[in-house]
Amino acid sequence: MKTNIKTRLIVIIAVLVVFVFGIFRVPHGLSGSALKQALLQNIHLGLDLKGGMHLILQVKVDEAVGTETDTDVASIQSDLQKNGIAGAVVSKPDANRPDFIQVANVPAAHASDVSSILENSYSTRFDISPGVGNSWTLTMKPSVENDLKQRALEQAIEVIQTRTNTLGVSEPIIEPYQLGSYQILVELPGVSDLGRVKDVIQSTARLEAHEVIGDGQSWPDQQSALQALGGYLPPDAELVQSVPGAASEGSPTAWYELKKIPIWGGTDVRDAQPGQNPNTGEPEVDFYLTSAAGSKFSAWTGANIGKYMAIVLDNRVQEVAVIKGQIGDSGNISGGGISQQRVKDLAMLLRTGALPASIAFMQETTVGPSLGADSIHQGILASVVGFLAVMIFMLVYYKGAGINADLALFLNLVILLGFLGFSGATLTLPGIAGVILTIGMGVDSNVLIFERIREELRAGKSPSASVDQGFAHAWTTIVDTHVTTIVSAAILFIFGTGPVKGFAVTLTFGLLANLFTAVFVSRVIFDAHLSRKLHGEPISI
Amino acid sequence: MELFHDPKIDWLGKKWYFLGFSLIFSVAGLLSIFFWHHLPLDVDFRGGTVVRVKFSAHPDADRIRSAMDTAGLHDARIQQPYGPAANNEVLITLSLQATSASAIDQGRATIVNALSQHYSQNGSQAQGKIDLDNVSDSTLASWLQQNDPEHLGNTVDAQTRYQNQATAVVHFRDDQHSGIIDSIDDLRGVVDPAVLAALQQNAWLSGFSVRSVEVVGAQVGKVLQHQAELATLYSLGGMLVYLWFRFELIYGVAAVVACFHDTIITVGAFSLSNQEISLTVIAAILTLIGYSMNDTIVVFDRIRENLRLSRREPLAALVNRSINQTLSRTVLTSGLTFLTVLSLFLFGGEVLRGFSFALVVGILIGTYSSIAVAAPMLVAYQDWRSRRGKAASLPAAKKARV
Repeated sequence: MKTNIKTRLIVIIAVLVVFVFGIFRVPHGLSGSALKQALLQNIHLGLDLKGGMHLILQVKVDEAVGTETDTDVASIQSDLQKNGIAGAVVSKPDANRPDFIQVANVPAAHASDVSSILENSYSTRFDISPGVGNSWTLTMKPSVENDLKQRALEQAIEVIQTRTNTLGVSEPIIEPYQLGSYQILVELPGVSDLGRVKDVIQSTARLEAHEVIGDGQSWPDQQSALQALGGYLPPDAELVQSVPGAASEGSPTAWYELKKIPIWGGTDVRDAQPGQNPNTGEPEVDFYLTSAAGSKFSAWTGANIGKYMAIVLDNRVQEVAVIKGQIGDSGNISGGGISQQRVKDLAMLLRTGALPASIAFMQETTVGPSLGADSIHQGILASVVGFLAVMIFMLVYYKGAGINADLALFLNLVILLGFLGFSGATLTLPGIAGVILTIGMGVDSNVLIFERIREELRAGKSPSASVDQGFAHAWTTIVDTHVTTIVSAAILFIFGTGPVKGFAVTLTFGLLANLFTAVFVSRVIFDAHLSRKLHGEPISI
Repeated sequence: MELFHDPKIDWLGKKWYFLGFSLIFSVAGLLSIFFWHHLPLDVDFRGGTVVRVKFSAHPDADRIRSAMDTAGLHDARIQQPYGPAANNEVLITLSLQATSASAIDQGRATIVNALSQHYSQNGSQAQGKIDLDNVSDSTLASWLQQNDPEHLGNTVDAQTRYQNQATAVVHFRDDQHSGIIDSIDDLRGVVDPAVLAALQQNAWLSGFSVRSVEVVGAQVGKVLQHQAELATLYSLGGMLVYLWFRFELIYGVAAVVACFHDTIITVGAFSLSNQEISLTVIAAILTLIGYSMNDTIVVFDRIRENLRLSRREPLAALVNRSINQTLSRTVLTSGLTFLTVLSLFLFGGEVLRGFSFALVVGILIGTYSSIAVAAPMLVAYQDWRSRRGKAASLPAAKKARV
């Protein structure tokens, strides 16, 4: 019996040491501040305690599909042209259906040619069905469309990761948000300046070069532009607004008619740096294209000397210029009174790459650092008060056995914090509430056991038999009560987000630890105590 | 020490009082949910904008109101005081309609701008002075760097020196003074004298600080609401299945009915007191579903044990005896958990107020219901069966007790 107690005591001490290590690891000293620092290093605090921002972003993946089908429209057009088929109209008739392309007005003589071109080159990615009057509709296959959207989401996550790194945030979380479709969860600890974050994250940073239709004429507003064009915009053209000063120094904002398909686009930019206009000394962004895009661009400009070209950033014309000669793989953005800070940010955005689609903010939670600090103080105060109240009650109500329960409770707390330290789980404010609740619920097990022991003692059993019976009878009830609460916590963990998840984690860990402390540890303390007593001598309970 | 020494209370004899008590509270809650306050949902579910602002002195609601009106936010709701009056905190809420989908943070930006314009003293803001109550440490550091009050030049040492002082100011403000600096003179000793002089000259204190912001779009709110409903149903279902597996179906049904009763009364309490239900409140309710099952299990376990020991005893008497035998542990376990929850309610702060309120109400009701709802249901079920001439006794247990 004695050796048995010894082995079990060693187990308990080993567990204690392991979990204390989990909380503090090896601190730099034993002073209060060193221990506090070690504690903060091992137990991760959630945003609601540390302060920071929590965002849910929606990636407008339909835009990525739209960009893809825009390219397909262009390539179908050129395929038809190559095969000498004139007159056919290739378009995307429904603005709400970016996955939908229509080929119409095909001359009857070419119907079979068009059909075979579409079948040969596009049937792997599109479902093709013939319509009335020699027309075809191409609908993107769902699997292709989903792949495309998924890729857009992944790309967006990657780009946002790179961009938040430049904000100097430590330990940001950027991951798909499971509750929404194509949404991203962003957590930025220690950041509270939404304006800046928003600029950096939301900028699509899509830089494109477009051909200007006509001789570079522009209109002061969209209305007059449409009027001048006869109220009709060709399917391959679009009206885009410019920033002030796009055409020349001090020119007002205006609308241009551009070819829809860019000469080169977002992913073709290889590098961008803040620079200075050598003539005026104004800040500008110098950008460089990838070699493939560069040679394409140089060929295109060589063939289109005298035409006008527009540099478009995030759907705003930045610059309009006449093409005077072949242009290589570089260019610059200036004008519009661009500021030094904007030049720096813009260069960074272009370097990190364009977002595949634009992004909308769905949810934003910002916790200021002062609130986080207050929450920690309040959480700790509530824990300490609750813990002491329970401990004192147990001592008063169960006397000797109360010490036993208090020891077990203390160990329970150590194991719970050690768990948090080892697992890297995040401690949130509701998580602290979970710790407090664990104390209250954990002591329930002790009460169940002690009450049963008292009952057995009243029935006239010897102390050691009563302890035996008490533990044996209470065991099933304890398992039952733990299972029900842990089931609740598990459901919370599955359905919950952020802070609530933190609560579910601490509650579960705490109750699991409680099975060990209330049943095993408390039993060992009883046995050790009983082994020092004469047989039949009463115990304090 | 012993609170209950061999109690002999006739619980089942009081079942009509219990029924009346439960009915009054559930019906009052339901009436409030349907006809009075409805379900006051937090911004998490409802969508909208909530900005929590702390002021250095007692905030003047009229002044905030006029600041919001000037900014065109006529439907802004100003809740004041928020939490203890001594905290000087105010909650400014915008409805979902005012939180447009395209620019979700516009409302927040407007609120903050309106406040800083309104609280700007003698045009301090216009003069480009820096607001120490709302500045971030990186902005303050670069401001110091630019003004260079210690004439250190643009060196790495100077940068670190200013950065450290900026961090010290922000730490002083956020960690030690809840986000508000009372007077710039208080920074004596926190920063170098030269920096202090520069701050006294070129910084000002707006006297307010934005403590937290929450902006939720309609779509996210709806998804969360749906999730919360699902989670609650799954929890109740999970309990039913577990008790069915451990005891008999009727025990499971009785326990789940008791739980449902607790949930309705707890949610009703939120409606009656017009407190908002947030995500953490849902977490508290789910926890309660698990926890209030505990007392019920303790009583049921004893009923089952007694059923095996004495098969002749009338069920009502047996259930009474079982409740009395377990009364002290039922009250003690709930009481101790209640102690911790109460300390959370009293000291845990505003953020956890709803959470701890749900637990405070729920634990009281949960304990009551395991004695007054769950156990009498077993007896009622047996009476009903015997009236229909079926087997009279309650199934003891499927298997021997482990």
